[in-house]
Amino acid sequence: MTAAPLTSAEIDALRAQFPILSREVNGHPLVYLDSAATAQKPRRVLEAERSYYEHENSAVHRGAHTLAAEATELYEEARRVVAGFLAVDEREVVFTGNATEGLNLIATAIGHASTGRGAGADFPQYALRPGDEILTTEVEHHANLIPWQELAARTGATLRHIPVRDDGMLDLDAATALITERTRVLALTHVSNVTGIVTPLSAIVPHARRVGALVVLDACQSAPHIELHPRELDVDVAVFSGHKLYGPTAIGVLYGRGDLLDALPPHLYGGSAITTVTLDKAHFLPAPQRFEPGTPRVAQAIGLAEAVRFVRDIGIDRITASEHSLAERLISGLSAIPGIRVLGDAAVAPGGRVALASVVVEGVHAHDAGQVLDDQGIAVRVGHHCAQPLHRRFGATASLRLSAGVHTTADEVERAIEAVAGIRSFFGLTDEGAA
Amino acid sequence: MSGLESLYQQIIVDHSKHPHGVGLTQGEETSHQLNPTCGDEITLALRWNDSGDRIESIGWEGAGCSISQASASLLASLADEDAEAGNAWTAEQLQALIDEFRDALRSRGATPLDEERFGDAAALSGVSKFVARVKCAMLAWVAAEDLLQRRAR
Repeated sequence: MTAAPLTSAEIDALRAQFPILSREVNGHPLVYLDSAATAQKPRRVLEAERSYYEHENSAVHRGAHTLAAEATELYEEARRVVAGFLAVDEREVVFTGNATEGLNLIATAIGHASTGRGAGADFPQYALRPGDEILTTEVEHHANLIPWQELAARTGATLRHIPVRDDGMLDLDAATALITERTRVLALTHVSNVTGIVTPLSAIVPHARRVGALVVLDACQSAPHIELHPRELDVDVAVFSGHKLYGPTAIGVLYGRGDLLDALPPHLYGGSAITTVTLDKAHFLPAPQRFEPGTPRVAQAIGLAEAVRFVRDIGIDRITASEHSLAERLISGLSAIPGIRVLGDAAVAPGGRVALASVVVEGVHAHDAGQVLDDQGIAVRVGHHCAQPLHRRFGATASLRLSAGVHTTADEVERAIEAVAGIRSFFGLTDEGAA
Repeated sequence: MSGLESLYQQIIVDHSKHPHGVGLTQGEETSHQLNPTCGDEITLALRWNDSGDRIESIGWEGAGCSISQASASLLASLADEDAEAGNAWTAEQLQALIDEFRDALRSRGATPLDEERFGDAAALSGVSKFVARVKCAMLAWVAAEDLLQRRAR
């Protein structure tokens, strides 16, 4: 890691760009540590969306008037900005509603290919049948689990899972053993939304490559924090949500390798995605339009592009460097509190964890613990974070998750650690006998 | 009393730590309620007298936040107190209590629970200012209502 962390002056300047950070909650300045659920928005993102609605708003890819042409240009420019961020070709970037929709898109398209639908001669290689295997992991968000459960049920394929160790690391020996000639899809997260641990893709993906499996990456928790170059990571598909990357809600991105997207059939059907339609039959456009039927999310895509520029202007490598020290402080500070258990406390190399930590407070339900923090103006996530299997694996039903953003200061992290340390005493629990 | 202390009154913390009425009998009719956002769970049974017109006690099992567990405990405790005083609830009386409880909890602090009627359970009034927690407090009462509705069918 060669990039310099952000200086406090730089973080202060960034903070000034987020209108919401100046508000108070319950009489305290807001400490927003829920960026992993949704990030706050810098003013320039809000202004980009507003400006589009005020000046160019029009239907894209249809109509010949000036506004329509300008709107189309802005929408496609947004695609180019995202493609640049991912270092991929613009026709490999599909705008979706969010990451969940992206994962459903790819699972549904494979499902349709499995029923004999697709384009050209290439699609049958992606079809699944009984005996084939889909491999996910025990740490997945429900969004990268349920679509595969359903695809397995529809096609007769078998769903398997790479287990996770007690310290939150995937069991790489088990992963190697589980990837066989039967494995057709490997779907895994880039960063766990519960532990913040970065998946060691270079130790897993080559095995999937060897057997010709399609690799699908859930990049929701990595895109805002670490470099996301799907080609370098050697994955076929990567998805993320715009709202976690300082962009608007209701916009997500699916990257898909060009030849893969061109071979797969649409997941939804409608206008804008077609070439010729008769009463009996439709012919579909190539990607990405094939996967964007109906009026697309134009303003949201423009807002997302501005969010990408915001991140690019700071430099993702500097964000990574900056958040690394916050991550270390979060883990060490929380681990040191009696009665607090950090979920997935593996020691990792620099860059091996984003600034996110989930804890179980002994004797206090996560919902109650979160209430104590909220009372001090500290916003964190409570619950299972859409990862019930992982919580079950860790012997917890719910946890309290603290997750930082580019605007998070070291002081805020200290305030949060101190607040967590006060939770058990608020409920009359002593440290006697606590772990 | 700070906002947080009005939510976590001592009665509530005590009931969540030492809950009343916990335990179900194999085979008895229960209603299972789950709050999927936070994982709170309550399984609850209404125990009727032999003639089937009055509730003698309420039993339940559950897991979750202190508000959801304390609320179930306070409901069971209230049922016991009224039964011991010779005022075991009819279906209509319990439904009226549930309606009043729901109205108070949804009032955002405007309508506190009547201490005469709700006893210790009136401590749950503080929940009404915490909109995100109303569902937690309602869980056991929704289970009881579900059983009443099944019985009426």
